[in-house]
Amino acid sequence: MAATVVNGCDGTSEMISPNKPQDCNGKQGKLLNGKVNKYENGFVKSTHLSNGDTKWSSGGVPKMDWSAYDTFPGSFEKCTLLTAALTHVGLYILMFLGFVNQLLFKPKVATEKNREGYATLYDPFETFFSRYLYRRVRHCFNRPICSTPGAELTLKERASDDRNWSFRFTGEERRCINLGSYNYLGFAEGAGGATHAGVRAAVRRYGLALCSARAELGSTPLHQELERTTAAFLGVEAALVVGMGFGTNTLGLPGLLGAGCLALSDANNHASLILGLRLARATVRVFRHNDVRHLEQLARAAVAEGKWRKIVIVVEGVYSMEGSIVPLAAMVALKKRLNLQLYLDEAHSVGALGARGRGVTQHAGVAPADVDVLMGTFTKSFGAAGGYIAGSAKLINWIRAHGHAHTYAHSMSPPVAQQILSAMRLLDTPAGQQRVRQLKENTHYFREQLREMGVVTLGHRDSPVVPLLVYTFSKMAATVERLTAHGIATVGVGFPATPLNKARIRFCLSASHTREQLEQCVRAVRGVVAELGLAYSRARPHKRSLPA
Amino acid sequence: MILVDIYDMASWWTLVIALQVIVISTYFFWSKKKSKQYDPLCNGKAVEWNPIPIVEHDVTIEEPPLMGKIDDNVLNVGSSSFLCLDKEEYIIDGALKALDKYGVGSCGPRGFYGTIDVHLDLEERLAKFLEVEETCVYSYGFSTIASAIPSYAKKKDIIFADECVWFAIQKGIDASRSTVRYFKHNNMDDLEEMLAEAQRKRELNPRRRAFLIAEAIYFNTGEVCPLKRFVQLARKYKLRIILDESLSIGVVGKHGRGLTELLDVPRDEIDLIVGSLEHSFATIGGFCAGTHFMVEHQRLSGLGYCFSASLPPMLTQAAISALDIIESKPVILEELSEISKKLNSALSRLKHFTFRGDEISPVKHIYLKKDDLTDRLKHSYLRNITNYCMEKGVAMTVAAYLRDVEVNCPEPSIRLTSSRKLTDDTISLICSLLDEAYEKVGPKPELQPV
Repeated sequence: MAATVVNGCDGTSEMISPNKPQDCNGKQGKLLNGKVNKYENGFVKSTHLSNGDTKWSSGGVPKMDWSAYDTFPGSFEKCTLLTAALTHVGLYILMFLGFVNQLLFKPKVATEKNREGYATLYDPFETFFSRYLYRRVRHCFNRPICSTPGAELTLKERASDDRNWSFRFTGEERRCINLGSYNYLGFAEGAGGATHAGVRAAVRRYGLALCSARAELGSTPLHQELERTTAAFLGVEAALVVGMGFGTNTLGLPGLLGAGCLALSDANNHASLILGLRLARATVRVFRHNDVRHLEQLARAAVAEGKWRKIVIVVEGVYSMEGSIVPLAAMVALKKRLNLQLYLDEAHSVGALGARGRGVTQHAGVAPADVDVLMGTFTKSFGAAGGYIAGSAKLINWIRAHGHAHTYAHSMSPPVAQQILSAMRLLDTPAGQQRVRQLKENTHYFREQLREMGVVTLGHRDSPVVPLLVYTFSKMAATVERLTAHGIATVGVGFPATPLNKARIRFCLSASHTREQLEQCVRAVRGVVAELGLAYSRARPHKRSLPA
Repeated sequence: MILVDIYDMASWWTLVIALQVIVISTYFFWSKKKSKQYDPLCNGKAVEWNPIPIVEHDVTIEEPPLMGKIDDNVLNVGSSSFLCLDKEEYIIDGALKALDKYGVGSCGPRGFYGTIDVHLDLEERLAKFLEVEETCVYSYGFSTIASAIPSYAKKKDIIFADECVWFAIQKGIDASRSTVRYFKHNNMDDLEEMLAEAQRKRELNPRRRAFLIAEAIYFNTGEVCPLKRFVQLARKYKLRIILDESLSIGVVGKHGRGLTELLDVPRDEIDLIVGSLEHSFATIGGFCAGTHFMVEHQRLSGLGYCFSASLPPMLTQAAISALDIIESKPVILEELSEISKKLNSALSRLKHFTFRGDEISPVKHIYLKKDDLTDRLKHSYLRNITNYCMEKGVAMTVAAYLRDVEVNCPEPSIRLTSSRKLTDDTISLICSLLDEAYEKVGPKPELQPV
């Protein structure tokens, strides 16, 4: 044991043959020349095969030939140096003004009472940021609504008399076209909706909550039915459902990974994945967003270290802030070659992508069984709440036994479960298929129109999340304000969800948007783009910067 | 001649320096190029790496019993709907109206059009009910405290927590990455000793945030936290208190405001109160309550608040309706506390079991009296007993734990919950059934090695 510890593979000694401890600590000999290696690949591969050796010996695994795969990471047009510089200068001016403001005026915020001599509770920069930068755009966030978040929503109008320190309701309501909610398939419907009657019946039949965890007394036939249906929908053996989408990752990942496991995580992964990996105590290495070559480099280095119990690639299907789609086929090929595992978070892609709404696996033409762990949420496409983890029956049993959700978290509310069940069944009918097609059509139309305006949009053509880069905080707020005035509700996203100088407007399309509504949106956006000078794109409008 | 010499010298030095520059920069660029193309798997050495599969081995899981609605066909003493609000027509009607108006999901996090007017109503109503400045509503009970702790406690901070805190608190502490000290369950002397020592070692200092975390009524033991002493210690050593009142809000106190009301502790002594809507309120979700200064912070930095879809409006409405009932009929709280007391006296007469849980607590843990068994055996016997009771029409559950993940895994027990529906008859039925089940399917004395 001592020897293996010295070689840096403690805890994995049973996994690695004791005869070859020298491979554990990266003591590989010096490389002669990169180019030689590159040419050596084919030769080595043939000896490898002729040896009939199952191990990766003398020359190892050849690198991936990426030309065979679609590795397009999404459209990420770089901004000009001038724009970047101006954005930064603008931010520094804002910060300077905030600093002066802080010196001269007392902020109108609550302070802590009776806690003299205690360590300050908050980080000073965080406080400064939220008081003097975030406050200026506060009216663009947390806007209350009082209707279904469907194709249209009703905003409750707020006004501030003290420069956004506090808000009051004006009592007025404004009907807006909703380009802000994750209602991809249009299942956010009130009375008269496609799933409404079923959900009402479920409330009567099962009540609103079971007040118990799944492993205790929180299971009903409805939950089992939902799990079976989800598995069948995704084309895998089994699934388990959790009452909260965020919780699916944070409670599920610790069951799968542990100390000594390596997670290769995309740079733009959602907070729940990051938290889940932290709770799992796995080592995390981050690869550049959607960059399979960087991923390959990290993965090969990690495999060569030889000390990891598992190496898992953690990616999302559609990235909600970037609007990009994961190059799944390429990742599956890489994972197979290097014998890695793949955890795919389909929060924004299940239902929204693929010819039949099966998510990014169908979109990329990958067999669902090739992805080790399929995770997703029901909040977005299905208009409900909660999430699932799906995969082989063995995997699901394992997560039930080792993940935290099944044992500790209260079970999903029955009406929510029924909503998912009804929506999922509906998706396989012609009416449901029509929704999937409609979403795709709307997405293509809207992206096409934006591109013609000459604005910078990110992501893939099929992704229903369309971010429009405006770079600065102030332009973000101005855009959201003006669009609201035109009766369009959108979301501006800035720091901390994005890098400090990459503020953006995000449009989420839905199958329930009609062409007239989208035309109205496009008209309004065009007006705002002209007014605020948002046409940053340097790609000529007629030139297709995205592959069809 | 001298000039020539100097020129010669200078040129010689210039040459050396120039050469050095060339050599170093070549080396630099060369090594950079090398590191870029360096690929350890192709370097001619054998690499043997056998990852373990993602599923390490097959596991069989215990099939939980399938329930219908709470109390469908059986008397349910396992689920934590203490006030039986799950049955109230008023709540169901309110929820159905909300369903008509808002649909099921909120389709977005609070920041992005997921704030629906019912959320604001509920927050306001909860704040008024608890007599605090502000509350914020989370969409899942587990994530509430698990997100609240890391939004305040960071890597360099220190946390003192009771060793019996429930799992979500343990995970919250994990996520914060702070230094953590677990003190003995409800043992204030142990805590004081620990604090005094920490102060001696300068682990407690004015530059380091320090937190005390406890539950008002412990989910894992059913015991009540000695809150007064707790607050004294916190003030003495300058610690902030995060108190989980999941099992006490809507349960104890004259108006159901929790342990602070019962023990008459001013609510501003507790820095953050965390409650759950999944027990007494019989819906889904959780909330944090406290001063504006504390709670507002979570709206930007509580991960489970910012990055998760908000609570479905119909479930939010159900919580508002439940609050209506608790506020208008505080008598149901007295009924509950009567029953909890009765349950305690009945449980103390059990022949084969011991139990834990204070009189006011709605949660009681029942342990096997026979203590020469391993935890695994105890668990399976208790499981047999609950199955037997289930067949006879009483649903109860063995408390589920992940044995190897818990910080201090509790002894296997049956978690019994008291609720308003229990009567003297049903209580004695439960007790006799427990003893009967033990005799039928429990450990047999003659089968056990001495």
